[in-house]
Amino acid sequence: MSAGGHSIRGWRRWLWLANHKDAGTAYLVLAATMFLVGSSLSLIIRSELFVPGIQVVDPSVYNQIVTLHGLIMIFGGIMAAFVGFANMMLPVMIGAGGLWARRASGPVFWMLPVAFAALLVTPFIGGAPQTGWTMYPPLIMQTGPALPVFIAAVCLTTASGFLSSANILATIVRRRAPGMAMLRMPLFAWTWVVTAFLIMAVMPVLAGTMLMLGADRYLGTGFFGGPDGSALLYQHLFWTFGHPEVYIMVLPAFGLVSTIIPSFARKRLFGYTSMVYATLSIGLLSFIVWSHHMFTTGQPLAAEMFFMFSTMIISVPTGVKVFNWVATMWRGAMTFETPMLFATAFVVMFMTGGFSGLMSSLAPVDFQYHDTYFVVAHFHYVLVPGSLFAMMAALYYWMPKWTGVMYSEVLGQIHFWWSVVTINVLFFPMHFLGLAGMPRRIADYSTQFTDFNQMISIAAGLFFAGQLIFVFNMARSLARRGAPASARPWEGARGLEWIVASPWPHDTFATPPRVEARELAKPD
Amino acid sequence: MSVLGSGVSRAGLIAGLVMGLAASPAAYADWQMNLSPGATAMTHQVWDLHTAMLIICATIAIGVVVVMGWSIARHRKSRGVKPAEFHESIGVEIAWTVLPFIVLAAIAIPAASTLVSLYDTDAADVHIEITGHQWLWEYRYPDAGVHFYSRLAADSRRAELGVDGTRPRDVAHYLRDVDNPLVVPVHAKIGLSITSADVIHSWWVPELGGKKDAIPGRINKKWFTADKIGTYRGQCAELCGRGHAFMPIVVKVVSKADYLAWLKAQGGHGPAADDLPDAPAAPADFDALAARDTLSRDEAMTLGKHVYNGLCSACHQRDGSGLAAAGYPALTGSDVATGPIAAHIDQVIYGKNAMPAFGGQLSDAEIAAVVTYERNALGNAVGDEATLDQVEDLR
Repeated sequence: MSAGGHSIRGWRRWLWLANHKDAGTAYLVLAATMFLVGSSLSLIIRSELFVPGIQVVDPSVYNQIVTLHGLIMIFGGIMAAFVGFANMMLPVMIGAGGLWARRASGPVFWMLPVAFAALLVTPFIGGAPQTGWTMYPPLIMQTGPALPVFIAAVCLTTASGFLSSANILATIVRRRAPGMAMLRMPLFAWTWVVTAFLIMAVMPVLAGTMLMLGADRYLGTGFFGGPDGSALLYQHLFWTFGHPEVYIMVLPAFGLVSTIIPSFARKRLFGYTSMVYATLSIGLLSFIVWSHHMFTTGQPLAAEMFFMFSTMIISVPTGVKVFNWVATMWRGAMTFETPMLFATAFVVMFMTGGFSGLMSSLAPVDFQYHDTYFVVAHFHYVLVPGSLFAMMAALYYWMPKWTGVMYSEVLGQIHFWWSVVTINVLFFPMHFLGLAGMPRRIADYSTQFTDFNQMISIAAGLFFAGQLIFVFNMARSLARRGAPASARPWEGARGLEWIVASPWPHDTFATPPRVEARELAKPD
Repeated sequence: MSVLGSGVSRAGLIAGLVMGLAASPAAYADWQMNLSPGATAMTHQVWDLHTAMLIICATIAIGVVVVMGWSIARHRKSRGVKPAEFHESIGVEIAWTVLPFIVLAAIAIPAASTLVSLYDTDAADVHIEITGHQWLWEYRYPDAGVHFYSRLAADSRRAELGVDGTRPRDVAHYLRDVDNPLVVPVHAKIGLSITSADVIHSWWVPELGGKKDAIPGRINKKWFTADKIGTYRGQCAELCGRGHAFMPIVVKVVSKADYLAWLKAQGGHGPAADDLPDAPAAPADFDALAARDTLSRDEAMTLGKHVYNGLCSACHQRDGSGLAAAGYPALTGSDVATGPIAAHIDQVIYGKNAMPAFGGQLSDAEIAAVVTYERNALGNAVGDEATLDQVEDLR
């Protein structure tokens, strides 16, 4: 049997995606497409919010766009991209010839385009839910005939997420090259161990919750309404999924940054073991903080206290990570190629998002922050200059390996500085709007919020436009234009991916490599 | 209008951009970048917490950025440095795990205390029942027999739809004005019971306190005491469908006399004027009371309630109903709380079975006060009072 599955030719190659690099490519192309769709939706939102009054879309359409923007970005953008990086890189990073279940990749992947197509069709078959991505009943019950399509689409993404994570986890556990002990793996593999565990734990919860919604609508059950039901039950179930989901969307970014910063500091990651334990404890704690999304629902005092304290505690291991990254940079010999620029910006801006999260953990103060633009600023800081910047760093970092040519460093630097300026003009004023009292998810606002909204809308357009530089730069690499890349184009890079040629062959490590100590994240 | 395509209009987009640019200078005057300290004692407390946490976060963030910036400036390959070899330090890891923990504990304690105060919805002077609807608010004053609906003001609606060329900036308080505002008296504790008739809404006036969700099938309680006469504006804070942005909340805080006159004009029967406070209630100085040699009955009841809620209510519950399942007896109508007063005092001092002895941690005044409170509140009306001398004799 061919290790990479390259015996499958023609269109069947892309159906089965038996080669992990094909699978990774498929996920990354899907994610890029969904980022484009999701950010286009956000540009409609920003156009409507440019001035008070209703100009661009009816509020009912606006609400649907808010729902789809969230779901497309979360499931289609961030999660698909991280699964893509895992498929693409993890087998090589741990010296495996491929994923544990090779031919599962294709069917599992193809569920996603179907699901997202279905989601995007719902506005045209009676309307998507007007609920935002949280899909709260009873409001979602006012959705028209598109509801079953919508529920099926969400369930399909959960199934795909569960199966792809199972495959990734099994690959890490079963396919490591001899000598690649768990506690010697690159941090990216460790963050994926925890991420895969979280995904497999909570995707069934979301699917079950969606099916309960469907049952309430079509089978006459009363889980979330009626005399015996409770709208709050839904919120508890949703956030049982939803809070670990937050870490699903950021743990792999921690892994990417923990791989990139040591490369450009030319110094080993500081506190490898504590980084592993911090990742594990964030994963576990993420299960006991869900109700901080529900501080204003009138929970008993004891519950408010518990979730306030547990939420504050989760910031401790997160802080440990930030401190370890800074300590990794300390007394290194740093250079700032584009991947390092994005990774450094990640640390600072993820920290900004982390601190607004910590502020929101104080329940009595969250009564003010909750459901305002302060919260919108918080999670966009974590996800855009957080997770998305980590992904951009990773693309610049590994693209030479994938294509065998160097991207344009000049364009990369321009892209970084353009992005880092516009993203802060885009998201930072949202803190001010929220503190001044502007609720989130409103199609129209009171006139005192006009100025910051205009600033935000303009910055959104500029940030979006700046990404064309990035697309051009990556397309240039994919077209194999640029200086040839050596097998190890980054002087300080460690890891098994750098012992294979650039561009890497379609099949790598058909026989497990001899693991050299210097390529291990923690050699002793 | 469920089809996306029909809702998106290019002409509208361009018109919006042009209008926005034309409108911008006028709006700059209203900039607000920080949380408002608000108009109640509790919003001031919340503002203090917000500010303290902001300072803590900013300090740590600046520290991290300075260290990182120093490193970025100095530890560069272009300066010819050789990378250091260190990559682990248990001591450092423990330090930056433990130190944040201590900082967090320091802020958690005042936050918890504020939370407890915000949950104390007892003993309101004015009760108002609030029901959220798609997309308006319904207000009912059950004790006064007043009931009305509160909708988006007509001129905001005209501006939103652009009727007769009305624009948002032509309207005072665009989307923050209603036809019938809620009216409440200043200095009085206003108790709100919030629910919904359809989907989830959230009642929020930032200057009067945080939001509380209006959830169908459930009544959530909230309270506020406004310290300043004025008009306070807010809006629904939980996405509730097409009209979510269009269900504002306006609360007019008025003098006691104006409030009573307003109730009368609404056809309601007001409370006796004596039932509403004239001035802000002076916060009781419990430490001073606890050190006193004698207590009036009112002082004893005030201090007693404070002690009871702080210590006794954990087992006997705030209303004195106890937790039979856990073996914590009710005080309402109990033999101890309605029987001989000496035995009652004795049990507080020395404890009994699962009940700890409180003699060591409470002053004579506190013991006398809590005994008096337990005998004359919580559904009991024995009428007698424990004196400090009685407590001293039994010690």
